[in-house]
Amino acid sequence: MATLKQIRRRIRSVKSTQQITRAMEMVAAAKLKRATDRALASRPYARKAAEVLRSLAGAAGSLSHPLFEERPVARKLVVVIASDKGLCGSYNMTVFRRMENEYPRANRSGLLLYPVGRRADAYFGKRPWELIASLPELGDQTNPQKAKRLAAELVQLYLDKKVDSVSLVFTRYVSVISRRVVEEPLLPIVPDKSATADGDNAANENYIFEPSPEAIFETLLPRYIENRVLQAMSESLASEHAARMVSMGAASKNAKEVIERLTLEGNKLRQAAITREISEIVGGVEALK
Amino acid sequence: MAETFHLSVLTPTASLLDEEVESAIFPGSEGYLGVLAHHAPLLTALIPGKITVRRPDGTTSLYAVSGGFLEVSGNRANVLADALEEAGSIDAARAARALERARTRMKEHGKWDTTRNEAALRRAQNRLGVVHDAKS
Repeated sequence: MATLKQIRRRIRSVKSTQQITRAMEMVAAAKLKRATDRALASRPYARKAAEVLRSLAGAAGSLSHPLFEERPVARKLVVVIASDKGLCGSYNMTVFRRMENEYPRANRSGLLLYPVGRRADAYFGKRPWELIASLPELGDQTNPQKAKRLAAELVQLYLDKKVDSVSLVFTRYVSVISRRVVEEPLLPIVPDKSATADGDNAANENYIFEPSPEAIFETLLPRYIENRVLQAMSESLASEHAARMVSMGAASKNAKEVIERLTLEGNKLRQAAITREISEIVGGVEALK
Repeated sequence: MAETFHLSVLTPTASLLDEEVESAIFPGSEGYLGVLAHHAPLLTALIPGKITVRRPDGTTSLYAVSGGFLEVSGNRANVLADALEEAGSIDAARAARALERARTRMKEHGKWDTTRNEAALRRAQNRLGVVHDAKS
């Protein structure tokens, strides 16, 4: 049986934990706002860029570019985006579990990993996965410079034929309480052929290209890849902040319940002590009579 | 009344314009080009420059764009811009500082990334040019 003193000490410690979780919840909420704004605002651009690329690829027809070239996949690179910090509920674990399920240990030959985020780096680094490189610092907010550098690195790996395909595994932000881990192919760029067959895109055959399809490809493709990487990063960040906010909210609530329970227990103990003292006094008085 | 077409400008961080306009002039990689309603399908790269938009009510607006793409098809013009600013919202003092910085860096050979610095210089010059044009 705990003494009153012990219970009081426990209440104090839970209270200070609660203060921390509550602060983290509020910080995450503020960051979530900015992160979702960015993630959602960049979706139309990403969609349009994919559309332009599609019509360009459809119209240019025979035009080839190294980034379109599909090779037999001997080495596949997967970029896994998780977070830098923990305390965000199941956010990181969901990503890792997805990887474990998707690529069971038996068939990981030719699979290379590029973890992004300190947690991902730590997790995959310690386990039997083959890493090609890692980016152990994702940062707090979307950083276009970082996305740019990563994109350039991925394109270089692909062009140097060190890898034959690149895909991104990240967490798509759906809503504060809902996220989805997805794997999307990044390289080679496979333009969606089905859409070009549509009637409304038939007119695309007659596009005027200035200065030339090749020149437009040269500038469009790097931007497209960069944007895809940036988009994956911002979606992941928004998901991370949402996960942290929700789990810290739950932690604060649990702390509140624990404090209530401990307070109740402490009060009971105090009451019992008082009752015992009174009965002892009464007993003593009785004995004196 | 002249016919209109739909103009939308998207950047990686926001959708900035989405409206019916009468005409628009863009800084194409091969020179400035104007777009009116029912323009032929076109895809071109944009360089840093001015975008002049003329609305059906006769008002015109001036924007600074820092490069991107223009796609015209089916009476719609879509701009995928790296960044876009309205003339009125440009911080001329900041652009002037950026220009000054780029010029100083240009003199210190080898110390800075030349391509990036040149791009910064062009962006700053472009912003100041747009501010100047908007005033006159």
